[in-house]
Amino acid sequence: MSLLLAQSINLFAVVLLVLAFAMIAQRRILTLIHLFTLQGVALVAATLVVAHLTGQHHLYYSAAVTFALKVVLIPILLHRVIIRLNVRWDVETLFNIPTTMLLGIVLVIFAFNLAGPIARLSTSIAHGTLGIALACVLLSFLMMIVRAKAVPQVIGFLSMENGLFFAATAATSGMPMIVELGIAFDVLVGILILGVFMFQIREQFDSLDIRHLEKLKED
Amino acid sequence: MSIGGILAQLLAIALALALAPLLTGWVNQWRAWLQNRRAPSLLQPYRVLHKLFNKESVVADTASPLFRIAPYIMFGCMALACGIAPTLSTDLPLAPAADAIALVGLFALARVFISLAAIDIGTAFGTLGARREMLVGFLAEPALLMVLFSASLITQSTSLAKIVETLTHQPFAIHPSLAVAGVAFTMVSLAENARVPVDNPTTHLELTMIHEALILEYSGRHLALVEWAASLKLFAYSCIGLALFVPWGIAEAGTPFAIVLAIPVLVAKLAVGGVLLALIETINAKKRLFLVPEFLTTAFLLAVLALLVHVLLGA
Repeated sequence: MSLLLAQSINLFAVVLLVLAFAMIAQRRILTLIHLFTLQGVALVAATLVVAHLTGQHHLYYSAAVTFALKVVLIPILLHRVIIRLNVRWDVETLFNIPTTMLLGIVLVIFAFNLAGPIARLSTSIAHGTLGIALACVLLSFLMMIVRAKAVPQVIGFLSMENGLFFAATAATSGMPMIVELGIAFDVLVGILILGVFMFQIREQFDSLDIRHLEKLKED
Repeated sequence: MSIGGILAQLLAIALALALAPLLTGWVNQWRAWLQNRRAPSLLQPYRVLHKLFNKESVVADTASPLFRIAPYIMFGCMALACGIAPTLSTDLPLAPAADAIALVGLFALARVFISLAAIDIGTAFGTLGARREMLVGFLAEPALLMVLFSASLITQSTSLAKIVETLTHQPFAIHPSLAVAGVAFTMVSLAENARVPVDNPTTHLELTMIHEALILEYSGRHLALVEWAASLKLFAYSCIGLALFVPWGIAEAGTPFAIVLAIPVLVAKLAVGGVLLALIETINAKKRLFLVPEFLTTAFLLAVLALLVHVLLGA
């Protein structure tokens, strides 16, 4: 049973990776948010399994925090944002998805090679998945580079944080700092979401006045 | 090679020939139900085949002999593919003759002939259909090969029978690479069997059709063979998918009773698979033709990802 659970960590890791790929290929902003929510669910599941197998109680807390933030709060916020920005049904014109995905595969190979020697040093239960976590981070990075609009960029950033969180859980499940790190990083994410939005609003209207958003509503 | 093996082989082919139209009928029935339509009878494909076999076959004046033999070649390829795929038993005399790679080759052979036959007549639609079919084919084949390779990596063999034997004998284990390969395989089989995100099997709208455009000029027994071969192809793909991803319940060498037990298990698995296929077809919209390469590239890259994950995790 515990063997199956240990294997299910690998499965969740692969789900994270596939979802990161799906995000690169996704044109619709709404679906992008759904994919991000699913990624959060996979992350919570993986964290819970690691917590159960290693018996580390603080990982349960960190899974709960992840659930509250990445499965509930941030998707709700993003939904509200895209409704208010009136970009809910937007379809982004993307430059050549197959090429981007090929680039993604190259990144995955790079990440797997890079993580190989590091993972051997770790004694944690899920150390094999470090390469996948690194690949998720790089894929999200790629997504942020190729996207031109603000909301997909923010989602790319949040998804990168998912990858980082998973790397922390997978490689160093023994660190008691992980809860603090997770929360600290989430706060950072919250600030950055606002930061990017303010940046975008300012770029479009030459000011940071939020009342300008009401103009978008009328369109 | 044993008597039991030969019997199992013959039984597998006979069962495929008999059950393939039923599977098509089952999928059509569920599609109709899910779309709030009155469903055609489960036996409708058999009636269509019966009708077509009794009809006169009309061939265009410009047709060469290639046009006449193409349905037979296509039917033969698909029947052989059903014989190679381990549907009921892994003790198959035909299995050593053709591994997973040869199986992909068989599908390719059928595709080349039906496309050539479509071009042969010289109508605009046939040529259009042939080009589209080749576009789908050349993108789908590498993806299918990659899926089969990721199963081969786990079991160290490209023989489908060996793959099934190894997978059933192992203690139950979660293979993340197989999970990813399963998604890729589903996408490829949708494309190869002319199903909804890529092609609509029931369409007669000229601008969107692929499979229908290919066989537009066929009639009578030729059309019956082509339709039957299309059912067999769906059956073969379903069986390969079941063998790779849900291999339990397939009989092994020297267990005659297990084969008897394997039939209801296979039927049950196919029934569930058919409902899932109808569900996928209902909740998806048909893609524009120009989005099909993207769809299939995604399938290919997922299959490559499965290989990479296997290399990383060793499982």
